[in-house]
Amino acid sequence: MMNILIAGVGGQGTLLASRVLGKYAMLSGKDCKLSEIHGMSQRGGSVVTHVRIGEKIYSPVVWEGGADIVVAFEALEAVRVKHYLKADGVLLVNDEKILPMPCITGATSYPEGIKERLENEHEKTYFVSAQELALSVGNAKATNIVMLGAMCKLLGFDKQVMREAVSACVPEKFAEVNLKAFELGFERV
Amino acid sequence: MENKELMLTNKAIARGAYEAGVKVLSAYPGTPSTEIAENFVKHDNVYAEWAPNEKVAVEVAIGASLAGARAMACMKHVGLNVAADPLFTVAYTGVNAGLVIVVADDPGMHSSQNEQDSRYYARSAHVPMLEPSSAQEAKEFVKLAYEISEQFDTPVLVRETTRVAHSHGIVELCERDERALKPYQKSAEKYVMMPSNAIRRHVAVEARDEALKEYVNGCEINRAEYTAETEIGVVCSGVVYEYVKEALPSANVFKVGTPYPLPIKAIEAFSKKVKQLYVIEELEPYMEDALKAAGIACKGKELFSLQGEISVLTILEKFNGAAAPTAEKVPSRPPVMCAGCPHRGVFYVLNKLKLTVNGDIGCYTLGAVPPLSAVDTCICMGASVGMSHGMKKATDGESKCVSVIGDSTFLHSGVTGLINAVYNRSGITLLILDNSTTGMTGHQQHPATGKNLKGEPAPTVFLDELCRACGVKDLQIVDAYDVKAVEKAVRAATATDEVSVIIAQRACALLDKTPKAKVTVKDCKNCGVCKKLGCPAISQGEHGIVIDRIQCVGCEVCSKVCPFGCLVKEEAQV
Ligand SMILES: Cc1ncc(C[n+]2csc(CCOP(=O)(O)OP(=O)(O)O)c2C)c(N)n1
Repeated sequence: MMNILIAGVGGQGTLLASRVLGKYAMLSGKDCKLSEIHGMSQRGGSVVTHVRIGEKIYSPVVWEGGADIVVAFEALEAVRVKHYLKADGVLLVNDEKILPMPCITGATSYPEGIKERLENEHEKTYFVSAQELALSVGNAKATNIVMLGAMCKLLGFDKQVMREAVSACVPEKFAEVNLKAFELGFERV
Repeated sequence: MENKELMLTNKAIARGAYEAGVKVLSAYPGTPSTEIAENFVKHDNVYAEWAPNEKVAVEVAIGASLAGARAMACMKHVGLNVAADPLFTVAYTGVNAGLVIVVADDPGMHSSQNEQDSRYYARSAHVPMLEPSSAQEAKEFVKLAYEISEQFDTPVLVRETTRVAHSHGIVELCERDERALKPYQKSAEKYVMMPSNAIRRHVAVEARDEALKEYVNGCEINRAEYTAETEIGVVCSGVVYEYVKEALPSANVFKVGTPYPLPIKAIEAFSKKVKQLYVIEELEPYMEDALKAAGIACKGKELFSLQGEISVLTILEKFNGAAAPTAEKVPSRPPVMCAGCPHRGVFYVLNKLKLTVNGDIGCYTLGAVPPLSAVDTCICMGASVGMSHGMKKATDGESKCVSVIGDSTFLHSGVTGLINAVYNRSGITLLILDNSTTGMTGHQQHPATGKNLKGEPAPTVFLDELCRACGVKDLQIVDAYDVKAVEKAVRAATATDEVSVIIAQRACALLDKTPKAKVTVKDCKNCGVCKKLGCPAISQGEHGIVIDRIQCVGCEVCSKVCPFGCLVKEEAQV
């Protein structure tokens, strides 16, 4: 059983990431459920998607304290959802900062030193500069796939099957770029 | 493996309708129900449409059913309020070919203005309701719903909640059961609901209810799962069933597939085999009250809240004493209007003019959040228009209120309010924010976009002509990006005693792909005016304002409000 929580900001491609993992589960002959929230929360708000893979899955939703891995596409979002992790769970974070509106207006400020704090607090914490890596292959939109590459390595997923899942879920003309992004993420952790 | 797919439940509902031979589907968008129509229309040999509102959608489906085709209408929970009028009476007439209405509740209000529990509609309209737990079940339940509909001569409700609607599960695909039209037979006694006929049909409804109450006890979708490992039994339905199986694998479980009628006899038999019976349900104590009324002792809402969602963790907390890990308090990240959203400048003006703004439901409801903070009220779709009329009447015309409504919402139910304001002379000012789409729910077509659900060209309802036909004389059309023109129009409209309409036009920034030069900062004076726009592309840097090039779409609304001309188009900079 693998419980995965993907957290990010609306528009960062968390949905696509969960679809790739769903495809991976299907290709591996496993049961799988995904849960996501559309609508209001898309407009630049916090978004979480849930992925559960195993022999037989009931709840489509991961619960607090039940995640094997939290994949955060943004640092503040990692802090927001880290209580979903199991005690020995993996925290994988894209080292990127996106200011929420209350920080832009000055109503509150963006917390400092998130990376150091999370690394101290939680043993299995990994920060990856996923957006930078995605830009290095020429497509900022592939940030989510970089994260999947890193995740694949950390969880010991079958790399070949994950590559197949990535190819199946992105438009054909972007398959190559995304696979490059995937490799960069895989190598980085 | 070939015929299995990891599928969104809403797509599985569409698939179920397709396999059941449904020919006509009518719907109005609403999270979390929208994807049903969007997926159904992709099948061959079917007809599907966006109706202007849910009442129309249900009426269309009723007509299709009477004409002999299996039909479906889909909506979110509050949509069923709008469609309640036809629902309560089609419950009397019954159907010809099968008729199913899908309603999606939203416990936790992920995208809604309330968390009403639509199971009560089933009970009070005496219409059977099925509630699936997963994508695969959703497909099967829809097919069963059509059988029940035709066997018992009744419309059938299928209820889902957000966590079911927007989850994916593995679904096995089957062939479509292509069905010939059932002949239509004129029968005034059955289909003309005037008192003399309706009185007799009400008797038929009660008889049908009795038959259904028997049927559900033996219906396979209501089932007891005994483990004999503990003495507790849990009654549950929908996604809560999945949570219970996860959290309490050793509990005896009664899975309810038909919230209405409830399989009371079967649950009673289950209750006798367990020592302590629990009902775990989200929102209202709907099942609990019914069980207690039938003399079945159980515990429910003394343990679980009426509000929000239940989760695996809340169940573990109550039954195993698990401690919930606490979330760290961090700055919230609320949804915001997108960079380039054409609604932004309008709210900037309304805020500046200190008007009372009766808002409505759509992306523009976000005009209520800081720093725009321009919206005073938001009740339900269309309410903005009637409310300003009421405010004007209550204050003898003195109220400095205006109404703001989206194009889709105006056609849904705003236009009737406008007719009322003209007819009863209140002199309201109505701003229609025409972004040529139903934005909030993910960009659906509507009667004023010139395209239909399939994306094909369609006849266009012109909003200005429609308003004029309602009797509006004072009508202005402005470019929503032209903040000065918007301000001028609002000042003029609010200065008269006549009903006035301002149509602020500009396509949704997420749809308008025409490349525009981005805005850049030149000698910022740090006055802070542009920050009042709440644009996510604008933030405070060390030496003044910074514009995020990736987010900026070049709408230039900030350029128009900057008093010092410091925000300029990139190309204009030498
Ligand atoms: C009765 C009802 N049906 C559906 C919805 C879901 N819903 C919320 S806003 C909206 C329409 C928004 O479109 P529009 O008025 O054009 O404004 P936009 O979001 O494009 O700014 C819909 C369909 C609802 N809240 N209530």
